[in-house]
Amino acid sequence: MRPDSRSGTSPTGFYTPAAMPIEIDIAHVARLARLDLSQDELDGYKTQLGDILDHAAQVQSLEGDPSTESEHPLGFVNAFRPDERRPSLDRDEVLAQAPESRDGFFVVPPAMESE
Amino acid sequence: MNLHELTITEAGARLRSGETTSAELLESTLDRASRTEAQLHAFLNIDRDGASESAAKADADLAEGIDRGPLHGIPLALKDNMCTRGLETTAGSQILAGYVPPYDATVVTRLKEVGAVLLGKTNLDEFAMGSSTENSAYGPSFNPWDIGRVPGGSSGGSAAAVAGGSAFGALGSDTGGSIRQPASLTGIVGMKPTYGTVSRYGLIAFASSLDQIGPLSKNVEDAATILRAIWGHDPLDSTSYSGEYPDVSADLGRDVRGLKVGVVKELAGEGYEPAVEQAVARMVEQLAGEGAEIVELSLPTFDIAMSAYYLIAPAEASANLARFDGIRYGHRVQGATTEALMANTRAEGFGPEVIRRILLGTYALSAGYYDAFYGQAQKVRAAVQEDLASAYESVDVLVSPTSPTVAFSAGERIDDPLAMYLSDICTIPMNLSGDPAISIPIGVDPQSLPIGFQVMAPALGEQVMFRVAAQVEQLAAFTARPVLEEVVQ
Repeated sequence: MRPDSRSGTSPTGFYTPAAMPIEIDIAHVARLARLDLSQDELDGYKTQLGDILDHAAQVQSLEGDPSTESEHPLGFVNAFRPDERRPSLDRDEVLAQAPESRDGFFVVPPAMESE
Repeated sequence: MNLHELTITEAGARLRSGETTSAELLESTLDRASRTEAQLHAFLNIDRDGASESAAKADADLAEGIDRGPLHGIPLALKDNMCTRGLETTAGSQILAGYVPPYDATVVTRLKEVGAVLLGKTNLDEFAMGSSTENSAYGPSFNPWDIGRVPGGSSGGSAAAVAGGSAFGALGSDTGGSIRQPASLTGIVGMKPTYGTVSRYGLIAFASSLDQIGPLSKNVEDAATILRAIWGHDPLDSTSYSGEYPDVSADLGRDVRGLKVGVVKELAGEGYEPAVEQAVARMVEQLAGEGAEIVELSLPTFDIAMSAYYLIAPAEASANLARFDGIRYGHRVQGATTEALMANTRAEGFGPEVIRRILLGTYALSAGYYDAFYGQAQKVRAAVQEDLASAYESVDVLVSPTSPTVAFSAGERIDDPLAMYLSDICTIPMNLSGDPAISIPIGVDPQSLPIGFQVMAPALGEQVMFRVAAQVEQLAAFTARPVLEEVVQ
């Protein structure tokens, strides 16, 4: 299997950027990723992502489909263990790491906005 | 020779002959650290008390004839993305500042079982994302060979500690080259084992299908010693290999006569420093002189492996790092709702490279772009595996430079993510394939900066990989050491 020979290769192994424009709704992506970023930050990341994705688009130069799906290099599909009880982490020790906890629970603000 | 300059094998021999004690070995590394940390910043946290206790225990055990093997009483360092019970573990991120894990990673448990003395936690690029250790939220590490240069990354703290003499060996993690590239840039040995052979339980996940823990050491034999202690099946890691493991020490002294060594054509050319290419070519000639058969091979998919990596790794990272939300552990920034709390916490707690990769991965996985980016990257990954499978029909191992350049200057690539990503162009294919690879120092460039040589082998091919690596080490006769001015803090 060979990368598409029509694309040029840059000195460092990259193909020259594809001519296709890559659309990025950066505010939407940041919302999906739960990142509260300022407009300036969003603009900066959008430019950088565009550059990186221009190069990453080289993956589209691969012709045809490989005969195997990418998988564990040793061919594992699944792993099973005996269904036995074993000790878990100590609750108090775990909760001691939480920013806020009460009566054995993690404390969070309301999950829904109040009207 | 100062104690801190010994290899693990040499230190172990002196321990058993009674010439030295584990407490003295520990003191030599702590003393060295106190004189070099101001320049190197290899460690985030030195566990003086815990290490002293383990060293005293090792000395008492050995005096009673209880010998737990070659790492018993040897001071080693851990990259700070491996969980240590009762000892702060930050992954180089503000979001985990102050986090004290309630459990040990499996590799930590295993090192404790064989009596190793755990010195503390080494610096890294935040969540192991980077190639220079400059992305650490706690400040960069520097290269013992030239403190104006980076030690590589992301296991740059582990590399600087071993190369600088403040640890006899260390563990790192390698997702795209994060053990091998810093080893190359600091003139030491670094090895990424076959995926699935070293448990990832307790390793703070970056990209789970690529992450693998491995050793950084002063020589090839020490790397094999550390690997033997940490690998093996672990029911706590569902990707752990449960079959038979190779004997990594069996062929350490065996010559390369009759072995077929493949030289990867794609890992050379423009972008590679002449001194690096010349040193690698010279080593290939030396291997031929020792009776290895040299085969030049083309692996065309290596040209697009990096593109696939920079979609797959961020995609997995965007999912793995969703757990850092200010609720169960780590840093929290308040918000009116749970969602606002999460978004505020994450924006403040993560550094720019981590945010960049989370955004990139989220985009690559999002509706409308999945097939073109993530799906296609997975096809490239499978194609890389197929390319390698056909290469290994005709050769026993593959070789290349470990890094296209020697250590670069601090600050040189930090504002150019793509230039930084290119640091890993030689190492990434082995993470996509899951195969083992090792970097061995073979010389220095005209500025006296070390050059690394990479030996790659098929999955579970560690025996032949170590055989070739040991011969490379012997042929290179690399004895140069960094001249690091000590500064008492």
